[in-house]
Amino acid sequence: MIDAQEVMGLRRTAALMRRHIVAMMGADKAHHFGGSLSAADIMTALYFHAMRYDAYDPSWSGRDRFVMSKGHCVPAQYVALAMLGVFSVDELKTLKQLGTRLQGHPAAHLLPGIEACTGSLGQGLSFANGLALAARIKGESYHVYCLMGDGETHEGQVWEAARSAVQQRLGNLTAIIDRNRLKAMDRSYQADDLAALPDKWQAFGWRVVQVDGHDMSALVHALDWARTQSRGPALIIAETIKGKGVSFMEDQPAYHNAALTATQFEAALQELDRALAGLEDQA
Amino acid sequence: MSELYQTRFVYGEALAEAAECYSEVVALDADLYTSTRTVTVRERFPERFLDLGISEMDMVSTAAGLAASGLVPFANSFAMFITAHCYDQIRIQICYPSLHVILAGSSGGLTQGPDGASHQSLEDVALMRALPSMTVLAPADAIETRAMTLAAVRSIRGPVYLRLGRYPVPNVLPSGYTFELGKATWLREGANVALLAYGHMVWAALRAADLLATQGVQASVVNMSTIKPLDTTAVRRAATASLVVTVEEHSIVGGLGSAVAEVLAEMPVQHARGRLLRLGTRDVFGESGLADELLAKHGLTPEGISAAVLAAL
Repeated sequence: MIDAQEVMGLRRTAALMRRHIVAMMGADKAHHFGGSLSAADIMTALYFHAMRYDAYDPSWSGRDRFVMSKGHCVPAQYVALAMLGVFSVDELKTLKQLGTRLQGHPAAHLLPGIEACTGSLGQGLSFANGLALAARIKGESYHVYCLMGDGETHEGQVWEAARSAVQQRLGNLTAIIDRNRLKAMDRSYQADDLAALPDKWQAFGWRVVQVDGHDMSALVHALDWARTQSRGPALIIAETIKGKGVSFMEDQPAYHNAALTATQFEAALQELDRALAGLEDQA
Repeated sequence: MSELYQTRFVYGEALAEAAECYSEVVALDADLYTSTRTVTVRERFPERFLDLGISEMDMVSTAAGLAASGLVPFANSFAMFITAHCYDQIRIQICYPSLHVILAGSSGGLTQGPDGASHQSLEDVALMRALPSMTVLAPADAIETRAMTLAAVRSIRGPVYLRLGRYPVPNVLPSGYTFELGKATWLREGANVALLAYGHMVWAALRAADLLATQGVQASVVNMSTIKPLDTTAVRRAATASLVVTVEEHSIVGGLGSAVAEVLAEMPVQHARGRLLRLGTRDVFGESGLADELLAKHGLTPEGISAAVLAAL
């Protein structure tokens, strides 16, 4: 269980995460702002509440595993790992630069804390299944989390993995869909598809909850619930807004992958700073 | 006549042996376990056997997750499915982080036979050879199949493609043979021609060398069972013959023929260098037919190889 004070702390952490995400991306260079920002509350609830994790020993065998299946949003994970102290916050500014460990899409062999190489969409859940199966084979008790995009679920392999996870009764697996309803070009779904997403997963045999993906208390409770579903995999559909926290980016497909002008960059940072200050005042 | 073996069957036994010796070994299949022969692990070590259903991409990505957790997964399907169908997964999730996953391709080459072009695997070696960090192996016989399967667990790191065959062949390697990664084996010495082969084409090349000898042509036969990393020293040595011949149950595009051509083309001009003749399928798809009919059609029988060599000399 979680008290109001902890929820408030997590909201401040998420606000700081958003500021780091935009700051590390900077102006004049194309980055995946939208999906990284939509996932910030989810990433906060995972790394700062749900996951058993030792930042001083990111390869600890008992750690909970997180797979960023929507690999282009790995900046949000980089920030989470840096805020935890797995590596220095200073390193964030090397994002996508030649020679960096912070590749444009996750490179597990380069950076501690990254479990899977992703970037080609649709593959992460299968990898997460492998991690969850390994826990069973090896007698480990860790939990595996996998974050997908809603547009990513257009990929056929997602549904292969959805079926396998149920067939294998992976009670130590929680998938999360960051349902920001936008893909790179436009909307992810026609109206009919939107309503059907939870039904599709339930039909595959998953235990499904839908939450407001920016409501920290709801996210935390959903993650706590998912962990208790020991007989099979659980899915949290987190309803989010792409670009959340920077008003000119919110719900705009153009900011899936875009470069900010210097003026836009400053405006975004100021807005995120105001949000952070507002939360500090409430504390 | 010595006993004949399909390497896929020997692999099944060797895989069970590996599972017995190493608790990290896990076998994954996609609904083909009697063909791929992982049925051996299914029967003896069911807790380390996963049939994930008809979903090869999911199987390969799951294998990556197992390997990232310190297990040694063998992912199994027909050669063309496990390579071409899962190429993106192999590339990003296995080769990029260099995870120790063994991809076992059953029924490589033409000899899937009646199933036709969809199931015949004529581009798999080319695909796997192009991937950074991948090791590409194709055993010549039963002895080497067992040796490679065990070596793939204990002495090779990173991803491995193990190409297995359906064609029954006798053992061609000496019984004391020990497999050494990246080391070609000279099975026969002859001054005029060097036949470089892998898989059951090694046996065909040895028979072809017998036929050539009756025509006064002396041929070396070299088992190139590690296709990547290629034994370039062996290729340079083979190049001292006036004719270098690659023999593979695979397209001449991108396989051993191409690998050898790359080495020969980059050799210093002053180095003695024979002509290259690439035998294999000639940039075409397969078709239904019996294995022997298909091998004959594509010139990959002992008689076909021998005739091609005589024509080229």
